[in-house]
Amino acid sequence: MAACRAPVRSPSFNAINAEPESATTRDPNILFTRNSQAIFFNFKPKPVQRMLDFDYLCARETPSIAAIVAAGSPENSFSKHFFGNEEIAIGVYNTISDAASARPNADIFINFASQRSAYDSSMQALHQPTIRVVAIIAEGVPESQTKRLIAEARKLGKWLIGPATVGGIQAGAFRIGDTAGTIDNIVHCKLHRPGCVGFVSKSGGMSNEMYNVLSRTTDGLFEGIAIGGDALPGSTLADHAKRFEHNPQVKIIVVLGEIGGRDEYSLVDALKSGKIRKPVVAWCSGTCAKLFAGDEVQFGHAGAKSGGEEESAQAKNAALRDAGAIVPNAFEGLEAAITDVYRKLVESGKHTPAPDVPVRTLPEDLVAAQAAGRVRVPTNFVTTISDDRGDEPRFAGKPISDVMEKAGGIGDIVSLLWFKRTLPTWATKFLEMVLMLCADHGPCVSGAHNAIVAARAGKDLVSCVASGMLTIGPRFGGAVDGAARNFLRGKDENIPPFDFVEQAKKAGIRLPGIGHRIKSVDNPDKRVELLIDYARKNFPSTDYLNYALEVEKITTAKSGNLILNVDGTIAALFLDVMKASKMFSPAEVKQVTSIGYLNGLFLLSRTIGLVGHALDQYRLNQPLYRHQQTDVLFVNEEIGYVDEQ
Amino acid sequence: MARKKIREYDSKSLINKHAKRLANLDLNIKTAQINASTNFEALAAANPWLLQTKLVVKPDMLFGKRGKSGLVKLNMTYDEVVAFCREKLGSKVVINNVCGEITTFVVEPFTPHGAEYYVGLGSERDGIKVSFGACGGIDIEENWDQVAHMLIPTEEVDNINPDHFNKLLGTHAAHADGPAIKAFLDAALKVFEQLDFTLMEINPLAVVNGVALPLDMRGELDDTALFQNTKNWHGAELFPEPFGAKMSAEERTIRDMDERTGASLKLTVLNPNGNIWAMVAGGGASVIYADTVGDLGYASQLGNYAEYSGAPTREETFAYAKELLKVATRPREGGDAGRRALLIGGGVANFTDVAATFAGIVDALRLYQDAIRACNMRIYVRRGGPNYRKGLELMTEIGKELGVPMTVNGPETSMTRICADAIDYVEHGAA
Repeated sequence: MAACRAPVRSPSFNAINAEPESATTRDPNILFTRNSQAIFFNFKPKPVQRMLDFDYLCARETPSIAAIVAAGSPENSFSKHFFGNEEIAIGVYNTISDAASARPNADIFINFASQRSAYDSSMQALHQPTIRVVAIIAEGVPESQTKRLIAEARKLGKWLIGPATVGGIQAGAFRIGDTAGTIDNIVHCKLHRPGCVGFVSKSGGMSNEMYNVLSRTTDGLFEGIAIGGDALPGSTLADHAKRFEHNPQVKIIVVLGEIGGRDEYSLVDALKSGKIRKPVVAWCSGTCAKLFAGDEVQFGHAGAKSGGEEESAQAKNAALRDAGAIVPNAFEGLEAAITDVYRKLVESGKHTPAPDVPVRTLPEDLVAAQAAGRVRVPTNFVTTISDDRGDEPRFAGKPISDVMEKAGGIGDIVSLLWFKRTLPTWATKFLEMVLMLCADHGPCVSGAHNAIVAARAGKDLVSCVASGMLTIGPRFGGAVDGAARNFLRGKDENIPPFDFVEQAKKAGIRLPGIGHRIKSVDNPDKRVELLIDYARKNFPSTDYLNYALEVEKITTAKSGNLILNVDGTIAALFLDVMKASKMFSPAEVKQVTSIGYLNGLFLLSRTIGLVGHALDQYRLNQPLYRHQQTDVLFVNEEIGYVDEQ
Repeated sequence: MARKKIREYDSKSLINKHAKRLANLDLNIKTAQINASTNFEALAAANPWLLQTKLVVKPDMLFGKRGKSGLVKLNMTYDEVVAFCREKLGSKVVINNVCGEITTFVVEPFTPHGAEYYVGLGSERDGIKVSFGACGGIDIEENWDQVAHMLIPTEEVDNINPDHFNKLLGTHAAHADGPAIKAFLDAALKVFEQLDFTLMEINPLAVVNGVALPLDMRGELDDTALFQNTKNWHGAELFPEPFGAKMSAEERTIRDMDERTGASLKLTVLNPNGNIWAMVAGGGASVIYADTVGDLGYASQLGNYAEYSGAPTREETFAYAKELLKVATRPREGGDAGRRALLIGGGVANFTDVAATFAGIVDALRLYQDAIRACNMRIYVRRGGPNYRKGLELMTEIGKELGVPMTVNGPETSMTRICADAIDYVEHGAA
């Protein structure tokens, strides 16, 4: 047999194909084996992982999912999943035919499409020569569409399971999607290894319930199929019961039918005609329908609807009993009936109970283990300013609705998010003044210039703004923190302003916050005037400003343009905010002036201008800027570089 | 898929409109609807034939055998029809032991006709079963053995023409009415398939001036096909409540919730004075709980049928449980509180998060705690599935918190065991 392998995508691609069986050697009654692989349609990470976890428990050699189909996925996509401890990459394909031709050994199609698209995808899957079984999970597929799928499947000799089903499971071999629920339940019901009971029902929930019952009463399930709750399921109770009849590993057939439809009568016919000879334990639910008023009752399943007398649970139970099935008097008697049949089977020597097989321990997911409190993991991040985990976001612990109700402006938000306290209104208004006054300063300063040049180079807005921001630093806009540290030291250590200036001169440093390129005593900076005016009228005290102005008196005596500039004014006044609000400890004041808070104010404010400059250039459709050569002094010849000796 | 009945007026309107489009057959069916909001002048203006011909008026309430129950009036003028409807709208009648209010009539021309035929189309697993009988009319059941049937296999449904029905009609194919009936069957089949009908029954069908005329008709649509028929079904009043089914406010709320969510939420009140109430997860399990209460002989005590499934969220389950508890704990006339039991049951879930759904139920229990205590309700829980231990723990805790006696069981207990416990309490009181 020629090996037909899909190309290996990458060294990490561990999902090795099982050797495809020849179609002719396949027993049409055997839908699943320990080597069966599926194509999973419409990517849902949870059921995919549940299938792979089951595979691991069963000690399958290969994962049961060979490919995933998700429309719109790029070429060569894959999805990462766990197969036990290992991570594997499962190929994700754009179309069903791509997946089928890449993974010809995958003969099961698990369709997690919606009600609306289940028909088209299932029809396509039926038409793939490699697909033998199509399981449709969606509930609410129109009857007319299901009927066309049934006709097509019959023509092509293929199996449909569903729609409106959880799927099915072959113990120890293959699981469809979410069937049989949690890993705990699977282990508890011994579904990791085959028992001897073939089970079929309409209800997915009751299937799982019955797997529990079977694990209590027998050596467990061999295979369970939920055909789905629709009136016309793709395959019927009788279809699967007949399949179980032909599978030598199935010793007992258990069928859970329900009111509505005539499907159970095919089973009656099969029993009567001798097509099914294995013991059948059956129960049809819905005996309560006669309690309901009116001539028609619709239960939870679409197909569970009272019709004529023949479709009643009572009539079907009677017919099944009559045909030789073991039918209890009530659902409550089902467990005892199964126990009884199993006991007789074992006692007669016709069946040797399946041995228990030790279960592999499935590694637990970190998230689940953490949620259950079984492991602890240190966090990588810590945060204090905001929290989006609850019903509404919180700023510094305050719900956003509260914040919006009370906040007067952006100053209050800065106050909460940066300083984590509610500053008094006179202070938040001051912050807002700073933000407004520093928003822009013309096109020629370094930040705006960079933003403009970047915009003209065709860069996007974020790049332009970032380009401008990157110039903010000690020489441009970033002197506020330094000025604050200086005034704080001078004032708190009671250094007389004259000495303060002299010390700086001796150390050879320029006083940050002092001096302006153009403005001078005679030509004062309007922004400084506005800030000082506001502070005098609204601040409870302005000790640091007063100190800074004393310093200015000394410096302007030396030179007219050594005025207290806007950076220095902001710095001094912010020190006054911290002192006069009485909301900052000395250590906090030190921290605020040392980690960049005040430069942050400038950064925030100037972003407004930088965005404006970039947008302005786009709007004006300005071409690429190239600096004029005549504006550059080329000094290579004078300085040059020294050649290697 | 769920098959739902529609009114005669809508069945006829749909076949009239779409036979033309799909089979180029002009049936020219005249039909009008009358209900409490009808403006009779406007109706006559829109349908001038109402004033030009003698009329037939019938209640259009999803129940059959109207001829036999004296609710059909023949050969009337429009004025007489108006008077009759004014008198009968809102009146109560009993049909098949169900008492209900007449809210809707259908009016049509009174058409003298010859032979009455029977035509039926029904969706079956392998195709559409088409039935024909020359013995139509109110005695069809007595003449059922004369009705012939044929199955149009699904794979052939798209390739049918009128001649496919020759064999079904037998000797009637060659009869003067034969061509009209064949054309009608062909059109009906196309409308049936394209509009997602699951049942059409025309009895009788007459042939007047060489065109088939459905005199009485009932239809059922597949409600899941709404997404592909939004346009075609437009104008039809989809899925009226069954006759006599006066939905309670709570049932209506839950039905509306069910239509809005991907999960399944169902509530049918069987007996508002019942003492055993059920809130069961799962389409399959919910039926079995109701069965078990019946099997134990306490069907008359069962208050409701209820089902939730398909992983509803905590919020959805809360809203659902609230409505159910409202009915289950409602005070009774006479003030005798008696004893009640609530079954919070279910099988072992596949993927529904038991902790999440139970958290929603716990929220509702807390909200209704006073009412629960006032009616001496005890609660019996049984459930398994994802996070069931946490779910059961939540139930045990709320029982203690509210001081409501509660029995909590996991998957190790048989699913329906709590039914017997609940009945025992309701019958004999606390052990």
